Amino acid sequence: MIDQLSPPVRVLRVALLGLWLVITLFPLYWILVTSFKDPGDIAAFPLRYLPSPWTLTNYASLFQNFAFGTYMANSLLVSVVAAAVATLISLLSAYTLARFEFRAKGALLMAFLVTQMIPAFIALGPLYVLMVDLQLVDRKGGLVLLYIAVCIPFCTIMLRGFFENVPDALEEAAMVDGCSRLSALFRVIVPVMTPGIMAAFIFNFVNCWNELFLSVTLMNSDSNKTIPTALNGFISSFNIEWGPMAAAAVLTIVPTMLMFALASRWIVEGLTSGAVKG
Amino acid sequence: MRRGLGLLAFLAPALVFVVVFTYYPLLRGSQMAFQQWNLYDLRNTPFVGLDNFRTLLANPTFWTVLRNSVVWVVGSIVPQLLIGFGLALLLRKRFRFRGVYQALVFFPWAVSGFLIGILFRWMFNGEFGVVNDLLRKAGLIDTNVAWLADPELAMFSVVVANVWYGVTFFAIMILAALQSVPDELLEAGALDGAGKARTLFFIVIPFIRTTLLLTVLLRVIWVFNFPEIIYGMTGGGPAEQTHIVTSWMINFTSQGDYGLASALGLIVLAVLVLFTTFYLLALKERDAR
Repeated sequence: MIDQLSPPVRVLRVALLGLWLVITLFPLYWILVTSFKDPGDIAAFPLRYLPSPWTLTNYASLFQNFAFGTYMANSLLVSVVAAAVATLISLLSAYTLARFEFRAKGALLMAFLVTQMIPAFIALGPLYVLMVDLQLVDRKGGLVLLYIAVCIPFCTIMLRGFFENVPDALEEAAMVDGCSRLSALFRVIVPVMTPGIMAAFIFNFVNCWNELFLSVTLMNSDSNKTIPTALNGFISSFNIEWGPMAAAAVLTIVPTMLMFALASRWIVEGLTSGAVKG
Repeated sequence: MRRGLGLLAFLAPALVFVVVFTYYPLLRGSQMAFQQWNLYDLRNTPFVGLDNFRTLLANPTFWTVLRNSVVWVVGSIVPQLLIGFGLALLLRKRFRFRGVYQALVFFPWAVSGFLIGILFRWMFNGEFGVVNDLLRKAGLIDTNVAWLADPELAMFSVVVANVWYGVTFFAIMILAALQSVPDELLEAGALDGAGKARTLFFIVIPFIRTTLLLTVLLRVIWVFNFPEIIYGMTGGGPAEQTHIVTSWMINFTSQGDYGLASALGLIVLAVLVLFTTFYLLALKERDAR
């Protein structure tokens, strides 16, 4: 395994990697192509692998026939705020769990880990009732609170992994120079950990952006819907219009994909270090 | 004392969120499982003991759904593990554009399971689906297959979608583990005359065994609790034949029957806790030997 690969093995490797790349990207290619086809083209037989003609009507229809602009703005607002707050809160908890020894530490880590195993639906009913009591149903703020709670455990575990790669000496030096622990954290450690923090933020953002069942349960009015709730409405209607659906899918996928592409290296690092050490 | 307060101040925000929005609802849900509790009949929520559980067990769909869950988990995890392992082996050696390749192969991850369900629903469409078209072009089928109308084929189709989605996670975890295998170990193996296959099975796999087994455990739990693809792709149909436990539960929550939904949730939790316990015990036992 450590000797140089022989030429036939090398060719085989390229072929297999290429095959998997095609398998991975084909569904995404297909939805992209579909989004630019007109209705006649979508139902054309035999199937067309490129649109003829290319059209933007599906995208236009999303904004004319549906309030897709509002849904996108809602999703963006809810996801950015929830991801930012969750990252900040997790930064504090991860720091504490990485740097201090205390009696309840093991139990706390376990409590965070266990949340990842609980089937969401056992809590969905009671959560709905709780949100009714707090008068937070159909309010974007309510969804933000829930998303923060959903993000915190894994984000804490992930950030803790990153903290363990940063030497204690850094903030100790800052504290000797008169910084408080909090300001040492933000002035000295956060700048060093920026890649990890960005990865955590993006991970949270993507999770919030894609979340379906909480938003479907809580958000009813059209002006408050996020994209997944709206898509859910599209597929519940008896006949799916595949053109606008594909366009909606593309608009939903592209932002998260760009973010993932930018941060994939750090996310891989965060996932593996979090899972191995957590 | 001051140190304790400081720790608490740093941990408090995270704790408040997790307790209020995860653990409290979990406890309340465990209580609801023993109540008659319907959103549309809130004045009347008596404790009914094990009635909800009896109702579930008496429903023939419950057993179908349980069987489907096993098919869903095993059918998804085994290919994900094998393909993911293969991909990790292929990615182990540096090559030009490896970073770009990884980022591209990572793409499914940015997509929600729900959307992937919708995407594959379109591709597996019996009339205009591209899957039929490709299979016909390859000469594998003569007439279109109604993938999502036949229960067996529909289950197969949702599993295919999930395999596509989950390979990357295994690949990442295994790649990270592979990179932790010290070169000296491999050199020693090579010196002793071990071939590639023997090196893989007798040196590499034993070395990364813990990561492999823990990854499988996490994925089993996660896939069991992952109804999004099924929800988007078949909605559990045809005739509820592709439901797994967690996607079936959506029927009860959407009817406002939180009593039944919670009872089903508790059964899922019990199954997963039991599975995890046995799995970890089995691991320990093997380690002790």
